[in-house]
Amino acid sequence: MREEKPASGGGLRSLLGSQQVFLRKPLNITSRLVLVLAAALMVAAMAFPVWKIRLVAPQYREGLELSIYTWKLEAGNKGQDLVEINLLNHYIGMKPLAQADFLEMQWMPFAFGLFFLLILRAAVLGWMISVVDLAVLFGYFGAFSIGTFAYRLYTYGHNLDSMAPVKIEPFMPMLIGVSKIANFTQSSFPQLGAILLFSSWVLILAAAVFSLKEKAL
Amino acid sequence: MTMKKTTLILSALFSALLITGCGRPEAKQAATGDASLSFVPPGQHDKYYLFYSGGHSGQVFVAGMPSMRHLVTIPVFSPASGKGYGFDDKSREMLGKFTWGDVHHPGLSKTGGNYDGRWLFVNDNANNRVARIDLSDFKTKQILGPLPNSSGSHASSFVTEDNEYLLVGTRFSIPLPKGRYAPLEDYEKEFAGVLTGIKVNKETGEMSVAWQILTPPFNWDLASTGKGPSHDYAFFTSYNTEMAHTLLEVNASQLDRDLGAVLNWKLAEKAVTDGQYTLIDGVPVIDPRKVPGLLHFLPIPKSPHGMDTDPSGAWVVGSGKLSPTAAVFSVEKILKAIADKDFSGENHGTPILKYESVLEGEVPVGLGPLHTQFDGRGNGYTSLFIDSQVSKWKLPPWTPEEKANLEKVVLDKIDVHYNIGHLVIGGSDTHEPYGDWLVAMNKQAVGRPLPVGTALPETSQLIDIRGDKMKMVAEAFTDKEPHFAQVIRADKLKPIGVYPKDQSKDPNAVWKLEDAKVTRKGDTVEVNMVAIRSRFAPDNIEAKVGDTIVFHITNVEQVAGIAHGFSLNEHNINGSIDPGETKTFTVKLDRPGVFPFYCSVFCSALHQEMQGYLAVKPADAAANSPAPGKPVETASRK
Repeated sequence: MREEKPASGGGLRSLLGSQQVFLRKPLNITSRLVLVLAAALMVAAMAFPVWKIRLVAPQYREGLELSIYTWKLEAGNKGQDLVEINLLNHYIGMKPLAQADFLEMQWMPFAFGLFFLLILRAAVLGWMISVVDLAVLFGYFGAFSIGTFAYRLYTYGHNLDSMAPVKIEPFMPMLIGVSKIANFTQSSFPQLGAILLFSSWVLILAAAVFSLKEKAL
Repeated sequence: MTMKKTTLILSALFSALLITGCGRPEAKQAATGDASLSFVPPGQHDKYYLFYSGGHSGQVFVAGMPSMRHLVTIPVFSPASGKGYGFDDKSREMLGKFTWGDVHHPGLSKTGGNYDGRWLFVNDNANNRVARIDLSDFKTKQILGPLPNSSGSHASSFVTEDNEYLLVGTRFSIPLPKGRYAPLEDYEKEFAGVLTGIKVNKETGEMSVAWQILTPPFNWDLASTGKGPSHDYAFFTSYNTEMAHTLLEVNASQLDRDLGAVLNWKLAEKAVTDGQYTLIDGVPVIDPRKVPGLLHFLPIPKSPHGMDTDPSGAWVVGSGKLSPTAAVFSVEKILKAIADKDFSGENHGTPILKYESVLEGEVPVGLGPLHTQFDGRGNGYTSLFIDSQVSKWKLPPWTPEEKANLEKVVLDKIDVHYNIGHLVIGGSDTHEPYGDWLVAMNKQAVGRPLPVGTALPETSQLIDIRGDKMKMVAEAFTDKEPHFAQVIRADKLKPIGVYPKDQSKDPNAVWKLEDAKVTRKGDTVEVNMVAIRSRFAPDNIEAKVGDTIVFHITNVEQVAGIAHGFSLNEHNINGSIDPGETKTFTVKLDRPGVFPFYCSVFCSALHQEMQGYLAVKPADAAANSPAPGKPVETASRK
């Protein structure tokens, strides 16, 4: 902070200057390979659920399972678990869960395609600035996705039909963790898909770190 | 000694004391057993399924073994409101005009001579039918009959080694074809017995009558199919070789030996292919005198009952009710006698095998032998009705000393309570008997169960046969009246839990609430209804007197155990619709009124609310107005 003190503003200038130097750093081969790996992990994440919600009750010993992929909703027992969850939810007046309502599942594949191209672009062009852009954008995108997911859960739990046979207080379903709803124990946890996406983001950060010692051109 | 064992023994002692205390001598002497051997803790499954025939209940009882806990009752020939059986169109059509049957001998389907776990076949001695139960859902899928020319299909249902045939012997002889009168004095001339081969479709299990064989009017009683060296053969017992038509108790008990049958079913098949038959009532009927080798008679000691082939297929055991012996016949000797024409005579043109030439020995098992089962270790177990015992004895080959005195091959006896009829060892009629448990099915329960009035249950007793000595383990009670039973290892069956939606074939099924509908075509009102927790859709239905209303109800649930009922007040309709099932109920509306319908199977927390109304208007307005001068009382809320 001491550098910012001079009235001339030379400190800020030097800070900005050093940033520009940083952003002009080229990426070494390690960073580029790490980026390619990040792109691969992102693609792989599509094949796995990012989140899983599981409901267990005495009469549902094997549990009802909902797997959330970036692009689809998959229920256990060949999809029947979703029918069952909706059937049970109708007693409390919750709107049926339907993939069509998850609008983000429609544009998510496009978004990931875009990120995939941007990562490859960064790996090929090889500038620190691209990696920083990527890390920030991808981080924002991840936070936004979790936010919308939480909002979905909030909406389902708070827009309960007032005509429902069983009236309950609006509630926030558990986002991460285990909670008890009536006779059900609900558990909700990130899955391999989420871990891969997070790893992809970490690798992007790592790509920047690996080229920290490169000289700006 | 573990705590559990101590408790069990103490409680056994305690109950023994109690029984002694109430002064029931018959119960006191028999209070033995070791229930710890058959104990299956709550939450655990039994190792075996036990399928009892339900006798004149027209049903099959299913229990777990060794716990002997009753699992379920499968209605076959009798309507059962608890299962909604006999109320929907399909089961009503299958039952036809009969409301009961007499189930005697269940037979599991076989592949390669061992149980394949696909079907259970049962007979109806009263109305001459056979039925097939599918073991994928434990439901009756087909009832065949009344069989033409057959009257009292008692010697049934015996399945050949690869489900080729189900063999049926008619117990009562009648003049053929059915419907023909003949004076009873002309019994021998005019009456005929019939052995029937029922073809089983190996893919679907669908049964159809393939052929019948005409016999003298003996009373065909029981049978068993051959296996291995006797693959092509089936063996039947009969009583009444005397051909009496009155007071059979006396008149059919005169001869020292009755004539059993050795049937070559392969030759029956060939005779039909070769056109050697006459059509009687639509069935190819073969006269055995015209097909050499098809049928031979086999003398069996007095008024025999059971006829059982051992697991190797080399020995056949006839149990002479009125002879204290189990007659063991050698298949090798039978085949040789047939080849050598070693006959002692003939009866109505059919050769009689020479008894001494085919007999291996008469084992003195005890009084009133009825049926024999095998453990796969070379032993037979014969039920003794009169002695109330099970007799364990050694099958041949016997040593010369044993042969000289067959008392020596009788190894053990155990008391059963009382008057045992059938007994079963799992897989006894296959190549690979399980050989660990024996269930004795007893006819008289006197003093055994808690008193329940004058109509007593039957007892079935579980006996451990793993050791040298038989050991009484447990006792269970069933409704009337198991005759025979079959036991299959539980892991051989893979029953479904729901009818999968994607396999539904019923064109009237509706799976979505929005597709439920009411359609009128003339005087027929069709309702395509959805049943789901906890509603019917539609639940308000209008029709008029004179309409025929057809409910097609689909239970759209896909969760095991969530069945819905459909009970229509005062219309004698009660359906039980399992998850994923569609059932059709046709009702002729004959009176006006508003009739509630409701779910009769507890389904959910709001099960009670699962109801609706069928509002039936009068056929026309005039019909509803009260007759002149006759006041009509109506109830209404002010």
